[in-house]
Amino acid sequence: MSPETMSDNIQNYVNDFNQLKIDDWLDESRHSALKLFKESGFPNSKLENWKYTDVRPIKKKSFSNVPGLTTSVGTEEINAVRFNGLDCIEVVFINGLFSKEHSTLVALEKGLVVENMLDALAKDKDLLAKHLTKYADDKVSPFTALNTAFIQNGTFINVVPNTVIEKPINILYLSKESNSALATHPRNLIVMGENSEATVIESYIGLDDANYFTNAVTEVALSPSAILKHYKIQQESLNAYHIGNLNIRQDKDSKLESHSISLGGALVRNDIHGQLAAEGAEIIMNGLYMTGDKQHVDNHTRVDHLKPRTLSTENYRGVLNGKSRAVFNGKVIVHKGAQKIEAHQNNANLLLSDDAEIDTKPELEIYADDVKCAHGATVGQLDQNMLFYLRSRAIDEETARSLLTYAFADELISNISFAPIRNRLEHLVIGQLPDTALIREFTNE
Amino acid sequence: MLNIQDLHAKIGNKEILKGLNLSVNAGEVHAIMGPNGSGKSTLANVLAGRNGYDVTKGTVEYEGKNLLKLLPEERAWAGLFLAFQYPVEIPGVNNVYLLKAAVNAVRKYRGETELDAVEFLGLIKEKMKVVKMKEDLLNRSVNEGFSGGEKKRNEIFQMSVLEPKLAILDETDSGLDIDALKIVSKGVNSLRNEKRSVILVTHYQRLLDYIKPDHVHVLSDGKIIKSGGPEVALELEEKGYDWIKEEAA
Ligand SMILES: Nc1ncnc2c1ncn2[C@@H]1O[C@H](COP(=O)(O)OP(=O)(O)O)[C@@H](O)[C@H]1O
Ligand SMILES: [Mg+2]
Repeated sequence: MSPETMSDNIQNYVNDFNQLKIDDWLDESRHSALKLFKESGFPNSKLENWKYTDVRPIKKKSFSNVPGLTTSVGTEEINAVRFNGLDCIEVVFINGLFSKEHSTLVALEKGLVVENMLDALAKDKDLLAKHLTKYADDKVSPFTALNTAFIQNGTFINVVPNTVIEKPINILYLSKESNSALATHPRNLIVMGENSEATVIESYIGLDDANYFTNAVTEVALSPSAILKHYKIQQESLNAYHIGNLNIRQDKDSKLESHSISLGGALVRNDIHGQLAAEGAEIIMNGLYMTGDKQHVDNHTRVDHLKPRTLSTENYRGVLNGKSRAVFNGKVIVHKGAQKIEAHQNNANLLLSDDAEIDTKPELEIYADDVKCAHGATVGQLDQNMLFYLRSRAIDEETARSLLTYAFADELISNISFAPIRNRLEHLVIGQLPDTALIREFTNE
Repeated sequence: MLNIQDLHAKIGNKEILKGLNLSVNAGEVHAIMGPNGSGKSTLANVLAGRNGYDVTKGTVEYEGKNLLKLLPEERAWAGLFLAFQYPVEIPGVNNVYLLKAAVNAVRKYRGETELDAVEFLGLIKEKMKVVKMKEDLLNRSVNEGFSGGEKKRNEIFQMSVLEPKLAILDETDSGLDIDALKIVSKGVNSLRNEKRSVILVTHYQRLLDYIKPDHVHVLSDGKIIKSGGPEVALELEEKGYDWIKEEAA
């Protein structure tokens, strides 16, 4: 064994996998995924797709892949990170393990299935066999392969055709210090029937400052005319590693709204891949990343316009402080014959410190001729004229800076139509700013 | 109230103010007129504390304090207000919230209790009437999408809510039609009392038909070259700046 592979801890994952001893219809997929992972190892920065993000901290660390090891988590602790007063369906995982006790999965609305992945594998084999592992490609990312090998805990959501689910489905992945550093591999599948509608929130939250590794994969299938509003809120511990992969396949006239808010984590990579596979499909991708200290946050998105008259709109904003580093890479591929598509992309960054760094790169590949595409990226500092204006209006400098930073970030959040989520996110953004008390005067808080 | 002596200020290597003297007593309205580029906005900005100006010589005393040592916000707390020639748009910062925070920051500085939302709304309702400020403008982001006239009116509205001791209006009249000009003048006149002072920077004598100044000064090339009563403005209107420059030379 070369020193390189020894330090990779790959054998560690293999050993834990062998101890899983799950014996169900998915096992063949798990085994071949593990094989893929063993062969490829962790991605290195020679790969174009991983050029700016070095995952060596993840591969050097020896994690335990047995979910649930923990000192206990109390209801109080969970309440503290719940949406205040939001009437929602809740699925709670603690250190990767489904918590029936804290979840509210009884008496669900008609036409809705929400289950832990392990239960769904046993109960809904036909539906899962049709969708699971079909949208997230193990060959594209070794992390996805690793996740597939460990499919066990996660959330399965199915909305039957012609059903509108009013209550948001709030999935909480909570992590807390345990006897050994944990790697968890949450796997989610959301299947939206024809003409159905739902809102799903995935929150990844560190309850303390533990060092752990979340390797999440979510697959989404949208049938014709289905609408899904998907929120991902990443608030991992500042010592945690987070790799998240969202993969969507959209049928005719379906609509996906993705809001990705990334606040925590030491080393974070969010991938979103949308496939607009039939005419009239539309994807909206909004993202906000706020980084400080030595955080590293990488957002990679990719949209495939596979068919004519498909639409993508992407808006990502970053606020960078300290010595943090962020990466934005937005790829749009317009495939042959995908005429009359529209693709808009924008990435704006606010640098609050001289030591923060951003690499932003839009990528357009167009193989059709009748298309409307626009993209832009900006990197800037707080506007001196605005700062002076506020200070001349009796606002002290610190508050003025906070306020302008908040206003920059809030451009993304203020568009969220559902008030409880918007308010929660605004609250989280304020909590992220250097001076919080003073600017509450300016918000709904 | 305000005493400026031998003020020299540079932007980069360029000297703009070249030994300016001005003294404003409580209750007085001073008009400062002068051609484009003579340094009117520079003076206003230096008084309000904007970055980027280098005061190389001279003193500015405000209510017995060294004004130049104060931060911009400290000047605002102490009752100084600048109505900008070009008010900036601030997307995402709500007009009303800003004004409430401004009022409360000043009250806090004075040791007064802060106003709650209801008290504050009571306060601005009155003022809105005076300058005919539309409610929907108020609830938007600061100046965002405002017309030129609406921006100027918003400046005067803020001024009338904040009730400054010393208001500096930098060409607030420029670009206003006659109705807007009357409204702005009403806003200024309603503030006038024996304790408050106003410095009106203007290009045109027209504004002075509505706001009667106690003193008129002519600024040229960074210096005040002539001072007098309202008659100076009329003379200027009639004969132009060249005449005064010649006379001063
Ligand atoms: N930021 C700046 N950098 C360099 N020169 C400036 C700047 N601002 C103003 N000036 C120059 O300073 C002089 C005075 O400008 P200003 O005070 O705006 O005049 P006024 O308001 O009387 O028209 C002008 O010559 C102008 O070009
Ligand atoms: Mg000017």
